[in-house]
Amino acid sequence: MTPIQHLGNVDRKKRTSQKVAFGTFTLLSYTVVAILFVILGFIIIKGAKAISWEFLTTAPEEGMTSGGIFPAIVGTLYLVIGSSLISFPIGIMSGIYMNEYATNGKVIRFVRIMTNNLSGVPSVVFGLFGMALFVNALGWGDSIIAGSFTLALMSLPLIIRTTEEALKSIDDSFRHGSLALGATKLQTIRRVVLPMAFPNIITGLILSIGRVSGETAPILFTVAAYFLPHLPKSIFDQCMALPYHLYVISTSGTDIEASRGTAYGTALVLIAIILVVNLLANALRNYFARFARW
Amino acid sequence: MIKIDTQSVDFYYGDFHALKNISMQIEANTSVAFIGPSGCGKSTYLRLFNRMNDLIPGTRLTGSICIDGRNIYDKGEKVDQLRKNVGMVFQKPNPFPKSIYENVAYGLRVNGVKDESYIEETVVKTIKQVALWDEVKEKLRESAFALSGGQQQRLCIARALAISPSILLMDEPTSALDPISTGKIEDLIHELKMQYTIVIVTHNMQQAARVSDKTGYFYLGELIEYDNTRKIFTNPEKESTQNYITGRFG
Repeated sequence: MTPIQHLGNVDRKKRTSQKVAFGTFTLLSYTVVAILFVILGFIIIKGAKAISWEFLTTAPEEGMTSGGIFPAIVGTLYLVIGSSLISFPIGIMSGIYMNEYATNGKVIRFVRIMTNNLSGVPSVVFGLFGMALFVNALGWGDSIIAGSFTLALMSLPLIIRTTEEALKSIDDSFRHGSLALGATKLQTIRRVVLPMAFPNIITGLILSIGRVSGETAPILFTVAAYFLPHLPKSIFDQCMALPYHLYVISTSGTDIEASRGTAYGTALVLIAIILVVNLLANALRNYFARFARW
Repeated sequence: MIKIDTQSVDFYYGDFHALKNISMQIEANTSVAFIGPSGCGKSTYLRLFNRMNDLIPGTRLTGSICIDGRNIYDKGEKVDQLRKNVGMVFQKPNPFPKSIYENVAYGLRVNGVKDESYIEETVVKTIKQVALWDEVKEKLRESAFALSGGQQQRLCIARALAISPSILLMDEPTSALDPISTGKIEDLIHELKMQYTIVIVTHNMQQAARVSDKTGYFYLGELIEYDNTRKIFTNPEKESTQNYITGRFG
């Protein structure tokens, strides 16, 4: 065999293994997409029948077997907004502190380990803690404010981490360029670093909203009501929420079989809300990525 | 007139003794080049003039550096005020992800200038000053990232000049650029030294010879020789300088 032919063999082997590897990767990633579509399709097919104007705008009736889920939709929106108002500023500012200000390596490491531990805490433990602190110790009772704080605590680690990573990805040359022009550190962060990091920070916020709107355990003991015919009147009222409603009518309703349709409808609404928030945030992200204060 | 007066400066990164007993006077409205092999301390020394080394934790300086007679390392000195007076251009062009206009306006805005007509006037003036006007006048509101590397670097020079510094530091400003862009920046340096004191770090010895009035040769953290550029390149006092400029090492 001449050397050239020998090389030809190696080439063929290389190309084959390349094809096999790429084929496997492609197949696996398509499988993930397929699973997502199967779940979505299942929920849509089962849930679409339940969806009507009445379903979206009225309260449940006859032991959850008929009527709508309006109070639960409103409750979930309140909880998302309430917890975001608490967690976004705290989380983003902590992330900024960690990446831009903190200089002591030991302190940073300690805070980072603690944040990671916090994100590993099961959500039901957050629920118990929220009940002990906000509901009982602070005397807020089962309320939107107690639920919002509990959900905010749960989503903080994620927001801090993604903010930190977003800031870390901004090259120091931009900071130096700004500082060299006599800008202060705060001006540099506000005018150069944050606008650049914003698209990636938003990604973290989206993920946190998705998690907050879908969690059941943290709101179980802090805010969620089994059934409320009317809407909450203040932040110290209880409210219904979509994931808890779903849990309730699937496990402990008066007639579980009869409320199956409602359950799928509720799941569909929950997914739709998360999807809409995602799309909105994505649009916002693209807007900032392209027109970040030209 | 002495613009920058360095008296027996020693500088440390942690335990590493990066600059050893440097003393040097730089006169106003001249251009000075720092040359020397990588790691010799020339960039470190340059960054002392606008205190950019302050950003690195664990550094220490002894001795004094006076600009216009004031020791910039005195306790009460304001770093942002200093950096307004001592502009800097970096090795890699680093425009902000903003429009061409806002890049040049940035220094004015962060230093509290609100008068939009003054800002616009200054932006146009400085972009013309760096000979970039004809290339960008149609697209001042477009992203600075759309410019070529050479144009970006001239924009960064304009950005530094917009806040009217009296000193301009340049840290290997052409090492990432093609020869034509390099030529344009060198021409610019010739014009700028009428109004500014320019200190340039370069690896390119022809460049040092072309643009500077005086040259300092650094080796292993020491200032080996500092003299008129012509003297350094034709008849240096020290053998080490001779070896470096003739390309025997470095």
